[in-house]
Amino acid sequence: MSVTTPLPHDAAPLHVSGTARYVDDIPTPKGTLHLAFGLSPIAKGTITSIDLSAVRAAKGVVMVMTAEDLPFANDVSPSIHDEPLLSDGTVHYVGQPVFLVIATSHLAARKAARLGQVDYAEETPILTVEEALAADSRFEDGPRIYAKGDADAAIAASTHVIEDSFEIGGQEHFYLEGQAALAVPNEGGDMLVHSSTQHPTEIQHKVADALGVPMHAIRVETRRMGGGFGGKESQGNALAVACAVAARATGKACKMRYDRDDDMIITGKRHAFRISYRAGFDENGQIQGVSFLHYAICGWAQDLSLPVADRAMLHSDNAYLLPNARIESHRLKTNTQSATAYRGFGGPQGVVGIERVMDHAAHMLELDPAELRRRNYYAAPSRGGSAPLAPRSISEKMKNTTPYGMEVEDFELHGMTEQLLKSSDYAARKTAIEAWNAENRVIKKGIAFSPVKFGISFTLTHLNQAGALVHVYQDGSVHLNHGGTEMGQGLFQKVAQVAAARFGIPLEMVKITATDTAKVPNTSATAASSGSDLNGMAVKAACDTIRDRMAAYLAERHQADPSAVVFAEGRVVVGGESYSFAEAAALVYQGRVSLSATGFYKTPKIEWDRIKGQGRPFFYFAYGASVTEVAIDMLTGENRILRTDILHDAGASLNPALDIGQVEGGYVQGAGWLTTEELVWDGKGNLRTHAPSTYKIPACSDRPDIFNVALWDGENREETIYRSKAVGEPPFMLGISAWLALSNAVAACGNRYPALDAPATAEEIWHGVQRVKGGI
Amino acid sequence: MNITFLLNGETVDLADIDPTATLLDWLREDRGLTGTKEGCNEGDCGACTVMVIDENGPKALNSCILFLPQLHGKAIRTIEGVSGPNQTAHPVQQAMVDLHGSQCGFCTPGFIMSMVAGHASGATDHDTQLAGNLCRCTGYAPIIRAARAAANQPVPEWITTDQAFSCSKIPRGEAAGRGAEPPTRLLPQNADDLAALYLQNPNATLVAGATDVSLWVTKQLRDLGPAIFLNHCSDLKQVTISDKEIRLGAMVDMNHMRKALADLHPSYAEMIRRYASVQVRHAATVGGNIANGSPIGDNPPALIALNATLHLRKGDARRSIPLEEFFLDYGKQDRTPGEFVEAVSVPRQPDHLKCYKLSKRFDQDISAVCGCFNITVSDGIVSQARIAFGGMAGTPKRALSVEAALIGKPWTAETIQAALPGFDKDYAPLTDMRASAVYRLKTAKAMLERYYLEDQGEITNVLEVTS
Repeated sequence: MSVTTPLPHDAAPLHVSGTARYVDDIPTPKGTLHLAFGLSPIAKGTITSIDLSAVRAAKGVVMVMTAEDLPFANDVSPSIHDEPLLSDGTVHYVGQPVFLVIATSHLAARKAARLGQVDYAEETPILTVEEALAADSRFEDGPRIYAKGDADAAIAASTHVIEDSFEIGGQEHFYLEGQAALAVPNEGGDMLVHSSTQHPTEIQHKVADALGVPMHAIRVETRRMGGGFGGKESQGNALAVACAVAARATGKACKMRYDRDDDMIITGKRHAFRISYRAGFDENGQIQGVSFLHYAICGWAQDLSLPVADRAMLHSDNAYLLPNARIESHRLKTNTQSATAYRGFGGPQGVVGIERVMDHAAHMLELDPAELRRRNYYAAPSRGGSAPLAPRSISEKMKNTTPYGMEVEDFELHGMTEQLLKSSDYAARKTAIEAWNAENRVIKKGIAFSPVKFGISFTLTHLNQAGALVHVYQDGSVHLNHGGTEMGQGLFQKVAQVAAARFGIPLEMVKITATDTAKVPNTSATAASSGSDLNGMAVKAACDTIRDRMAAYLAERHQADPSAVVFAEGRVVVGGESYSFAEAAALVYQGRVSLSATGFYKTPKIEWDRIKGQGRPFFYFAYGASVTEVAIDMLTGENRILRTDILHDAGASLNPALDIGQVEGGYVQGAGWLTTEELVWDGKGNLRTHAPSTYKIPACSDRPDIFNVALWDGENREETIYRSKAVGEPPFMLGISAWLALSNAVAACGNRYPALDAPATAEEIWHGVQRVKGGI
Repeated sequence: MNITFLLNGETVDLADIDPTATLLDWLREDRGLTGTKEGCNEGDCGACTVMVIDENGPKALNSCILFLPQLHGKAIRTIEGVSGPNQTAHPVQQAMVDLHGSQCGFCTPGFIMSMVAGHASGATDHDTQLAGNLCRCTGYAPIIRAARAAANQPVPEWITTDQAFSCSKIPRGEAAGRGAEPPTRLLPQNADDLAALYLQNPNATLVAGATDVSLWVTKQLRDLGPAIFLNHCSDLKQVTISDKEIRLGAMVDMNHMRKALADLHPSYAEMIRRYASVQVRHAATVGGNIANGSPIGDNPPALIALNATLHLRKGDARRSIPLEEFFLDYGKQDRTPGEFVEAVSVPRQPDHLKCYKLSKRFDQDISAVCGCFNITVSDGIVSQARIAFGGMAGTPKRALSVEAALIGKPWTAETIQAALPGFDKDYAPLTDMRASAVYRLKTAKAMLERYYLEDQGEITNVLEVTS
């Protein structure tokens, strides 16, 4: 059986030989032109004059375009048409595209793009939470509020109350392959677009609007991305539309790729949040009520900020049954890059919020933080699971429901926590760390456990659908397409494993080619961890349709029961006869039966009201737990992760090797977000960290020295593809244990609570040490 | 100019090249070899890594910050040239497939090249070898597993054959490009050539390792104008160690320097391990690091703490000055037109040097603060102290007040505390994206405390702590 097998990534042999082809590697037609944007150097203002004569005169320049030169829609927004491709006369952040240069080479375009003479009437930009609130600069007319019970009353009645406010920084995606697109004009005004995108249908849609043609005139192809992480869900629109418009205007193929600095200056990042909280606990560490105030810094355009901020609210409980909760979310409009999707899509910020509350409470109550967390867990399901019930009694009134009224039916964390704390030797190491800290004056150690419960489904319910197209050729080889895109997560391999399993054939007989809007239409973005859940099921449906047709034909031929036809080990067995799959395919073809089918899937059970914050937005939850140990240098705040142990729930994994890859990579990326990855803007709205020289993602030696990752031996309680679970985003939040371990280490330097902001850079840790020592 | 090199076993002659064309652009755009990737175009991500073989053996270099003239007479392997006959996988390629070392695959060719170069040189310090390659997908764990697995396999024959080319086929100084005009005008062969050439062309840009100058081209999009490439001046690549001094030619690269200092000043060598990445250290030179006058270059504070002398040359005229006097102000050095750094020397001395490099990330990061302390204690009394910092002023700068507060005092915690206010007199650092002024000043002080505590036997290095 090809599913559950730890096979390498399908493209691994291509990756290691440099033959895997990305957009910028595609051989281009003769005369292909290259594009670059001229960017706004100011954060807010109006263009008073624009002189592009020097740009036009520059070497290699073929054409220069401004908004006026665009034939149809000047819009690349994925949501509410508030994001012009080129400035409409106003500018809203440093880095906004103002004009488009079309030149004979990438370098010529980049050079010319710096020669524009544009004057602006500059206005004071809105850059901070305070400035946005003062100006009432926001998306939506007011805050969203989700509530369960009466949080304020419960907190007021609590024995112990904690209250604080802290900052969570954004995060640059730093996909290794920058944004890129190539548009090739076809006959009759049609356009073929190669795009490094997680969302080919969105590219198709925006290009069609920009060219004033129906979507059927545009074909978008995406073979693979060099990383996406959410950064290529909507941010590729501008390049694809620019290429298509330029290709239409010049009649030549047009290619655009952002230089790394341009990429970081132009495109959106993870939303920075400020979270304020008040929470009440009883003396046993049982939470009574919590009230959160979320301030999401959304940047200048709406993009996907509403569902991102929603998901932060939806994850404000993480793994904990909150008897009373209130979450108020403000979506602030600022003159910075338009914050966008990033792995976890707001969920990580919400989880950091409640984990901060738990950390703070454990410090105040002097309870073991892992124990305090377990006391507040949701109850385990009463049947079918090996995990014990929660040690607390659940009153009928409270039920096992989230703050948005969804019952948690599949809570796995009791058993997982038990197993992880044991396998990581948590208790003994905690004691050893206390002994170390008592003896050492400079280096302090810390350890922390954190769980994750992550909701799986697009919260915009209609996106939870997928299609597939499967062909069986007469030689028995199988070719398939689905709506998902490959960005390194191994989706193609997982889906191919599903197809091979359905037909009972070796994996080598299955080929998946580039995602193509002409093969599978109306696709959703490959996002929300949904790729294999949705597309795996759609492919299964298509394969089963073909398999049923083959079985019916062969059964008739052998006067057997179609349900008795067996597809296994590369053979088809019917009525005592055994055919190779190729022989069977040839027979069915000769019998004039279609060997091609589409498949479709939509996620069941989900329905909710995002305004009220009530219902079931998620089909199921994925779980994980981690323990991280760190060391800090009190003198400078320098720090390292020493050891990490992870137990992650991928259901019945389709491919344990790929899933462990997602867990390891997600953890390191999550830990990076909360430690070294610091985005710095100056007072004028210039991003000062716009290259890897200044923006520091984890390097090789930043991974934990000891890194034990295991998958939880369980299966999805819901009927997903082979009972597997989504694994793209959830492990990202395991990195929160690194931030909490740093807090634990800082706490060892004094008596007060460290109250760390994120990211906990060396400097932030140094400040934390001063705080707990009662210094500044 | 015309140049010749070996590319994946094939001789390439190029005529009339643009001297500031990068190897990466040439490979991808002119040669159609798209396996080598552009990730950042500034030498920080390693996606463009290639292996360059010369008489000193194989080394990984970032092709995005290598100008074509630097490659004359060398052998280059790109990802397209790593597999053997009939596409036999190199051991690191096979290990990366088997152990799931690639996900999106975009960084993978660069990783493979760093791993192939490391493998060829027998390196097993994988974290250090791969510090210059960023991966955003895997979290590095499977890549390290692959590197470890491949380390047990022999170096394939097809990888070892290149070395002969660079050593024999194109002898230095011989006409390049099959009888074309020798490229000596841009590629002086020794310091005398360079001195004469630079005197005639004092406005030329000197290109040593190009790890900084290349960014003027790839990021600032500047036209360099006339350029002189120094990498054939082998007499500037000498490390000479006598009883009296360590003399480093200006073109000594940072990996060479790290090896040379490993026993003499191990803390300095350890700082160099964290100076950029293997790829950058193979290119970057000590002379370049000094001559560009960066206030945050890591060599100057260490060298100043060691009481280094800088040797400058203009034509046949030479002068030597204390290194600290070279740095006049931010962006301004004591160097006249046509004058170049020929060498730097430090007196032999007992090793009391500690170098503390503070940055957001341990590996391959520019220092927020780099503090170098050279303190001698005799009979319990501080007899000598030289302390210099990078990142604390517009130039690398000595902590003269702190030194004065230490010298002649007993080596005690009280003396350290009493010396700390000296930092406020010596430095008024800035706030920028790397660190705030307060943090810089406070951690500079903390570094002196660390030096003392380390001397007292306290555990102070977070890199040496394990779970």
